[in-house]
Amino acid sequence: MIESGLAPSDLQAIWLTLKLASVTTFLLLLIATPLAWWLAHSRRWYKGIVSALVALPLVLPPTVLGFYLLLLMGPQGAVGELTKALNLGTLPFTFAGLVVGSVLFSLPFAVQPIQNAFESLGKRPLEVAATLRANAWDRFVSVALPLARPGFLTATILAFAHTVGEFGVVLMLGGNIDGETRVLSVAIYSHVEAMEYAPAHLLAGGMVLFSFVVLLGLYLASGKSWQVRK
Amino acid sequence: MSWIRVHFKMQLDSFELDAAFSAPPVGVTALFGPSGSGKTTLLRCIAGLERTTGWLRVNGEPWQDEKIFMPVHRRPLGYVFQEASLFPHLSVRANLEYGYKRIAPSERKVKPEQVVEWLGLGRLIERKDPAQLSGGERQRVAIGRALLTSPRILLMDEPLSALDTGSKQEILPYLERLHRELQIPVFYVSHALDEVARLADHLVLLDKGKVIASGALQETLARLDLPTAHFDDAGTVIEAAVAQHDEKYHLSKLDFPGGHLWVGKVEQPFGTVVRARVLARDVSIATQAPQGSSINNILNARIEELIDEGPDKVVVRMKIGETHRLLARITRRSRDHLGLAVGMYVCAQVKSVALMS
Repeated sequence: MIESGLAPSDLQAIWLTLKLASVTTFLLLLIATPLAWWLAHSRRWYKGIVSALVALPLVLPPTVLGFYLLLLMGPQGAVGELTKALNLGTLPFTFAGLVVGSVLFSLPFAVQPIQNAFESLGKRPLEVAATLRANAWDRFVSVALPLARPGFLTATILAFAHTVGEFGVVLMLGGNIDGETRVLSVAIYSHVEAMEYAPAHLLAGGMVLFSFVVLLGLYLASGKSWQVRK
Repeated sequence: MSWIRVHFKMQLDSFELDAAFSAPPVGVTALFGPSGSGKTTLLRCIAGLERTTGWLRVNGEPWQDEKIFMPVHRRPLGYVFQEASLFPHLSVRANLEYGYKRIAPSERKVKPEQVVEWLGLGRLIERKDPAQLSGGERQRVAIGRALLTSPRILLMDEPLSALDTGSKQEILPYLERLHRELQIPVFYVSHALDEVARLADHLVLLDKGKVIASGALQETLARLDLPTAHFDDAGTVIEAAVAQHDEKYHLSKLDFPGGHLWVGKVEQPFGTVVRARVLARDVSIATQAPQGSSINNILNARIEELIDEGPDKVVVRMKIGETHRLLARITRRSRDHLGLAVGMYVCAQVKSVALMS
């Protein structure tokens, strides 16, 4: 093991953060793909309402989202009643609760790039595939998905990075339970509060480096995929 | 084999499409009309890409009526779009085989090797990135891709209009070849009369969403009541057989019932049927066989109809033999001086003949 200067609880926070970000990203891709497809193709009147709801986490303070989720998932909330009835207990202050919060919080970061990619495809490639005997699902898998690849790449990276960087929702929902809900951003906050600047520096500096590398990779990848497409 | 019967209704921005026609089960049917006459929309309705009130029978099989709407991917058709629309994420070969792989092996009547041969794709098929092909090459791949679904009808939406003149000339011979080799009906949307004269056997004329005429190409092009007779490049088409070569003057004689035409030498064996187009503006009329004329082609004709065109011109339809017709555009003064009238026998002097194949 490398001499890291980090306490085991800090390493646990890093591990927990990566786990949270991975699970969240995975779930987001599952949810955002059909949602983005629908938003890109629907002509229903309530499409605007759905778009606004999806974009809401972009403008709301994370604490507001966290606050309502706390109420909703708490013992007296509607979701809380449901999870209790299903013998799942309540979600706040658990890892599962963090996942729910993160998914909602990062939803626009996953939906919008995928939606843009689907919209920029236009109807033509799908029409061509239909005249070549591909049914709707086949058209989606063999034409829409591969052509929207840059959008998926952007969505994956943004969702992952945004989850790694979240703070407000986690704090409201998860508190600060070591090994269960204490993620990196919360760990940094705790260190600073306790005047432990050295580990705070290490974690915060690591975050800056991580974010930079992720964004750099994103720009390089998107530049490359544009060259391939045109 | 039963005729293809089509009727579609659809409200468009500025007019209502309400088009009904029947087309023969073999050969090329041109859907011809000015831009914005609804030809492309009609073709999309036939493909099922637009869903609207309509009725469609192909080979006696119902594709659409009051109760049925066969989805696009179930219709055994090939569709060639205006732009080649190759899949950018697939290689040329994968593009070609996209539809081929999706039909049952027992349905694969057209083989990749055949398509490669017909369309001259031999050197293109191993290319990875379709974006690097020229416009004409891309369109040839798109046509091959459509043919490889072994369609029972081929729908082509102005496949040449997005190409420059050079690529057009490159691709036309391939289309003519398909015309000869394919045993399936082709619907060909176009607003270029020369393409239609070159490729079509049956002509459907559209204007503002309505079918204003539908009939065999040669007869329909000769109808003076239709706008096609009054285009600058109005004219008729004569199919004739190569009968004789004149090596000394580098000419060939084309025979057809009722006459013959001398044209620049055709490198085809005797008996080959070629298509010649004679424009109304290249035909003049004499009441007696002219003496000492430089014109090679003088045909005996009988005037069937005359119609005024503008203040100074007259278009004359003449019958050559029993089946062929010529149009001539002359001045009103000439008509009056020569006393031209329906039923008169005259000499049609053909100044120039365009060979179409």
